[in-house]
Amino acid sequence: MTVLQKKTGDDNVAAHLTPEDIEQIGVELDAIRQSILDQRGERDAAYIRRVIAAQRSLELGSRGVLLFSLFPPAWVVGTAGLAVAKIIENMEIGHNVMHGQWDWMRDPKIHSTTWEWDNASPSEQWKHSHNELHHTYTNVIGKDNDLGYGIMRVDEDQRWVPFYLAQPLWNFLNACFFEYGIAAYDLELGKNLASKKRRSSPEFRARAKVTLRKIRGQMTKDYVLHPLLSGPSALNTLGANYVANLVRNLWTHSVIMCGHFPDGVQTFERRSINGETRGEWYLRQMLGSANISGSKAMHFMTGNLSHQVEHHLFPDLPSNRYAEIAPQVLALFEKYDLPYVTGSLPRQVGSAWKKVVRLSLPNGFGAKAQATVLQLARPGRRDGQSAAA
Amino acid sequence: MSLTGSLLRATGPRGSLLRDRAMRLAERVTTPLLPADYLDLFDPLRAGADLRGRIVAVEPETRDAATIVIRPGADWAGHRPGQYVRIGVDVDGVRLWRAYSLTHGPRPDGHISITVKAVPDGLVSNHLVRSSRPGTLVHLEQAAGDFVLPTGGGKLLFVTAGSGITPVIGMLRNLFPVADSGVVRLARSADYDITVVHVAPREPDSIFIANLRALDEAGLIRLVARYSDVHGRLDLGELDSLVPDLSERTTFACGPSGLLEALEAHHAERGLTLLTEQFRVATIVAGEGGTVSFAKTGTTVEADGATPILDAAEEAGVLMPSGCRMGICYGCVLPMREGAVRDLRTGEVTVAEPGDGVKIQTCINAAAGACDLDH
Ligand SMILES: Cc1cc2nc3c(=O)[nH]c(=O)nc-3n(C[C@H](O)[C@H](O)[C@H](O)COP(=O)(O)OP(=O)(O)OC[C@H]3O[C@@H](n4cnc5c(N)ncnc54)[C@H](O)[C@@H]3O)c2cc1C
Ligand code: FES
Repeated sequence: MTVLQKKTGDDNVAAHLTPEDIEQIGVELDAIRQSILDQRGERDAAYIRRVIAAQRSLELGSRGVLLFSLFPPAWVVGTAGLAVAKIIENMEIGHNVMHGQWDWMRDPKIHSTTWEWDNASPSEQWKHSHNELHHTYTNVIGKDNDLGYGIMRVDEDQRWVPFYLAQPLWNFLNACFFEYGIAAYDLELGKNLASKKRRSSPEFRARAKVTLRKIRGQMTKDYVLHPLLSGPSALNTLGANYVANLVRNLWTHSVIMCGHFPDGVQTFERRSINGETRGEWYLRQMLGSANISGSKAMHFMTGNLSHQVEHHLFPDLPSNRYAEIAPQVLALFEKYDLPYVTGSLPRQVGSAWKKVVRLSLPNGFGAKAQATVLQLARPGRRDGQSAAA
Repeated sequence: MSLTGSLLRATGPRGSLLRDRAMRLAERVTTPLLPADYLDLFDPLRAGADLRGRIVAVEPETRDAATIVIRPGADWAGHRPGQYVRIGVDVDGVRLWRAYSLTHGPRPDGHISITVKAVPDGLVSNHLVRSSRPGTLVHLEQAAGDFVLPTGGGKLLFVTAGSGITPVIGMLRNLFPVADSGVVRLARSADYDITVVHVAPREPDSIFIANLRALDEAGLIRLVARYSDVHGRLDLGELDSLVPDLSERTTFACGPSGLLEALEAHHAERGLTLLTEQFRVATIVAGEGGTVSFAKTGTTVEADGATPILDAAEEAGVLMPSGCRMGICYGCVLPMREGAVRDLRTGEVTVAEPGDGVKIQTCINAAAGACDLDH
């Protein structure tokens, strides 16, 4: 569970692979990708069009019901529908369209270069920080800011400072306001606000303006116009929209935490990716991602990010195909004796949160604390205990 | 200031101002999508929508040709017989655009029709002829083209080969509509004196031959049909004997580029007027490497077949959008207006015909011929 690749040691789960093995893994993964490219066609196009039509109908229907949100049943139904619609829009549609998964259809309305999603962060900035930085430098400490979003300690090798004591709180707040967290993160707000030079750079100002305009548009829609349209139900609709956004934030945050945080996922040293080959890049994606197991509906609601391993290997394959190739990918992991990290949603969320809490404390703090407690309880055996600690 | 002027100011602009305001408000309600994205769910052919059409019938003409009748969207602006329409069809999930001549004059039912001949290995033509179904939505552009019937009559010669008959049948049907009782003689058509020289490989493969014969029998046109399996290849030297008054006629020709080029030479020599319609300007054949031109930057770059366009362009000093440089982030996508590129990972070739604007990733594609990028 520490920096690996091109570094030998007990916990290097890929230590047994020769460079030839690693390149062969790349060849076999390329073949899996090609097999999907060869079949990709009408069925896939029909799938995404159906999902988009269903999502828009659900959103329209839910917003329609919320016009009468004064009546509690309407509020409940409308809020639930809107939350689900927003989740689908962000995950199965927006995230995947912006990855270019549907660019091959040459439909300008379903294209990575034109899509704008229902989220605070403008697509353009999200594509840069997510597609480009996170997917290229996956789990490389110091290069992949998705690791802890720059506000959390996510690896034992990261130096502990007291600031991290509060990281469970940061993580919870980030979950509640996730879309704004993403927007701030895509703007690299922390870095850019830190110095006067960066703050006043025209490039940063221009980007910040775009983000603020997007946020204003989103807020006006959810918290002003739709409530006003609801007339006497205005306040109820406002609440409903807030809750739908909150639910969407908590859900997307949980799913995304499961992608790279749970136990068993590897992180990598900055210098380990110098001169990385395609095979090595693939290997890093294999070891740096974690799946979520569950029902078809669960996979759909996570935008198929539950197939995080497959998604990170092939970020531009249509999402409806990940489930299909998962068995082949798993077979490859088994063939090369590599750990395929997966688990149920509650288990993976729990594992990720446990890590957040554990790393909020200095390394070995738990063990030391335990030792201290034991020492206090059994002072007579002090020597043996301190040797173990 | 005239009365109408002040009235206009009172109602017209204010009305459109209100409409603009309402539109902007609707956009705020649906942001980040547009109201159209929701309205399209219910009525994709409505006024104000992107121009589309719905296939209402697919009528076989010969064993490899069919007429596709389409109900165009409300904003279809009409066409002049002889013009063509560019149509975007989803073939195995991929939107491909091709031009097809309109084979009817404006019809009373408001529908438009195209007649497509399946060419060997042709993606769109085979799909339209063999797999398209009524009810399917297609994408349209407004009609275009100057290959249209001159107004006011005159002595004309149409030389058509194979599916090159399509724009001509559109003009003829407009001049001489067919009703249940037979061909209708219109006063405006009386001033036309038309000869059609139609060339086809074999009679059974000849689209619209029955219509042409009916017009000939009714004495409305003179038809000279030439079948390669009976008469051999048409030698343009024969044209003088086939059409004795050739020099008095304006010629309209539509067919393969070989025939059109020969006709151009033939007519130029004699100082005769010729208008042509070409179905295929130049076939793009994928090769290795090529000249990549950047329309907006005004730069051209020689790129070999092994170097990503991104690298070649940057080396030549073109500022390019980019990201991962390994094909995963789509940060380098640019529209290719025309040309061919090869995916260096899979060998797959992507071709853009003029007007296609196919978006390509420059970091993993190398030039496979001359490419014109919109950047
Ligand atoms: C102004 C205009 C009007 C047109 N009107 C008609 C029409 O009324 N009816 C009609 O059937 N077509 C018409 N065409 C041609 C049509 O646009 C397509 O080019 C044709 O249907 C082939 O497309 P495809 O996708 O099937 O072939 P592609 O998949 O693009 O090409 C496959 C193979 O067919 C060859 N090929 C492509 N086009 C032709 C062709 N025209 N003749 C012979 N070989 C070809 C290619 O070189 C290639 O080898 C018109 C074209 C233009 C520019
Ligand atoms: S630069 Fe990332 S896909 Fe081309």
